[in-house]
Amino acid sequence: MFALLGRHTLNFFHQLGEFNLLIYKTFISFFKKPFPAKSLFQQMVRIGWDSLPVIIFTALATGAILALQTGYALMTRIKGTETYVGGIVALILTRELGPVLCAIMVAGRAGSGITAEIGTMKVTEQLDALTTLSANPIHYLVVPRVLAGIIMLPILTLITDIVGILGGMFVAINEIGLNQANYVNMTLRFLTMADVYNGLIKSVVFGIIITTIASYEGFKTMGGAEGVGRATTRSVVTICMAILFFDYIVTSVLTTGI
Amino acid sequence: MKNKKVKISIRNIKKDLGGKSVLKDVNLDIFSGETLVIIGQSGCGKSVLLKHIVGLFTPDAGEIFIDSEPITTLRGKTLDNIRSKFGVLFQGAALFDSLTVGENVAFKHIRAKTFSKKEIDKLVDEKLALVGLHGISHQKPAELSGGMKKRVGLARAIASDPEIILYDEPTTGLDPINADQINDLIIHLREELAITSIAVTHDMVSAYKISDRIAMLYDGKVIELNTPSVLRRSKNTFVKQFINGDAYGPITSVRPF
Ligand SMILES: Nc1ncnc2c1ncn2[C@@H]1O[C@H](COP(=O)(O)OP(=O)(O)OP(=O)(O)O)[C@@H](O)[C@H]1O
Ligand SMILES: [Mg+2]
Repeated sequence: MFALLGRHTLNFFHQLGEFNLLIYKTFISFFKKPFPAKSLFQQMVRIGWDSLPVIIFTALATGAILALQTGYALMTRIKGTETYVGGIVALILTRELGPVLCAIMVAGRAGSGITAEIGTMKVTEQLDALTTLSANPIHYLVVPRVLAGIIMLPILTLITDIVGILGGMFVAINEIGLNQANYVNMTLRFLTMADVYNGLIKSVVFGIIITTIASYEGFKTMGGAEGVGRATTRSVVTICMAILFFDYIVTSVLTTGI
Repeated sequence: MKNKKVKISIRNIKKDLGGKSVLKDVNLDIFSGETLVIIGQSGCGKSVLLKHIVGLFTPDAGEIFIDSEPITTLRGKTLDNIRSKFGVLFQGAALFDSLTVGENVAFKHIRAKTFSKKEIDKLVDEKLALVGLHGISHQKPAELSGGMKKRVGLARAIASDPEIILYDEPTTGLDPINADQINDLIIHLREELAITSIAVTHDMVSAYKISDRIAMLYDGKVIELNTPSVLRRSKNTFVKQFINGDAYGPITSVRPF
């Protein structure tokens, strides 16, 4: 029993070590030549553009639900406070739900894709082939994906924020009966640039988390098509947990202002 | 042998994989300009041995020298330099399926960014022609048959004019005519360009034809190393069973049915 627990703990730290090494190697490979411009563009399309429909839907739904929940609660409990709906929705979206939901959607779409692709390359010896052709797999595969994550996640998060606020406004106007000018006014008065930056800093962290964990799980893949399937599932689960964990860490660092 | 300069030296290689002792004590010297064929049962560690030679696996013990440099302990740039002497044909071809056939074949040249598009197209057509393929450079690997993939893999392995080529089952999955063309290509590369080659194969016809020497791997060791004509008349009962393809013998002491 203790031996089993010990082995799991050891294994965890071993993997954490390997993972840190991957991150380290990725960042020192950023400036190595030849710069993978073409695959960076491809990855930006895959991570960013291809995730857009899911992101827009998620944002609209989240904004609408937030406005509905807070709107009715405020209206029925303390009459008159429902005018704050715009501010509350905007605050929650920009600081918290925008970056987190966006990251989780990207994890499900692009993160799983990265693991499946690299995992397949691993089990079909394509990673070995890269190495023998003098292309370092980290430089060739991980660098463009991590860079694309760093660039696209803030952009997607910003889109989530804006679309979510619009979704909330639509509901607030049509369901809660607020007027548009009032909603916009309240949102702008309430929201500070710090809220937005806060969320965007998180999204950069999430972009790194998604792409590095997805790559790491891909590299570790073993055992054919079945192994790729297993790696992909584990990758998404690990990424989602890491997102929530780091969400807390980053939030506490940013709010205490260290 | 024209000149007996040792190109690759494998010294006391040991490797455990998945809790199993795959390579127990492998010793081999491969001379410059020769073609050495490795034979042995499926799963005996032939591919694993090849991967040790290019430094894709690190041995648990022992050393491998390429032109007297220890590939087993080198890192970084020096390791890259040694690796660039190699062309490798993987058992499953290992073509990059996100790239076209042409981009696969000219992978190194495209990355080097020092060649014009015209030069690259010419190189691709030339190398594909060597393996008997024409007009497929714009296709994706997924659209090719198994044998075609193998030949594209071979074209990629020879594209960068390597000094050493490792072939993992070059003729497996090819029809007899194509297989013999590949045999001739391997012989041509040795005769004309003095390339050092190690080929893993189960195809004894091909082994006899292309090899200067044949090594048989069994139970994690090289149990016989000889020229084809001598090996044919081997007294070793394990070797005899393998080259004759007998179902029963010392390798398979238990009759399955
Ligand atoms: N990455 C790995 N992890 C664990 N075990 C491995 C790994 N690669 C190979 N093995 C094991 O090592 C042994 C030798 O494998 P190898 O691929 O070298 O066989 P082989 O001689 O090339 O066989 P074949 O002729 O079928 O290709 C097998 O038992 C295999 O299960
Ligand atoms: Mg093999």
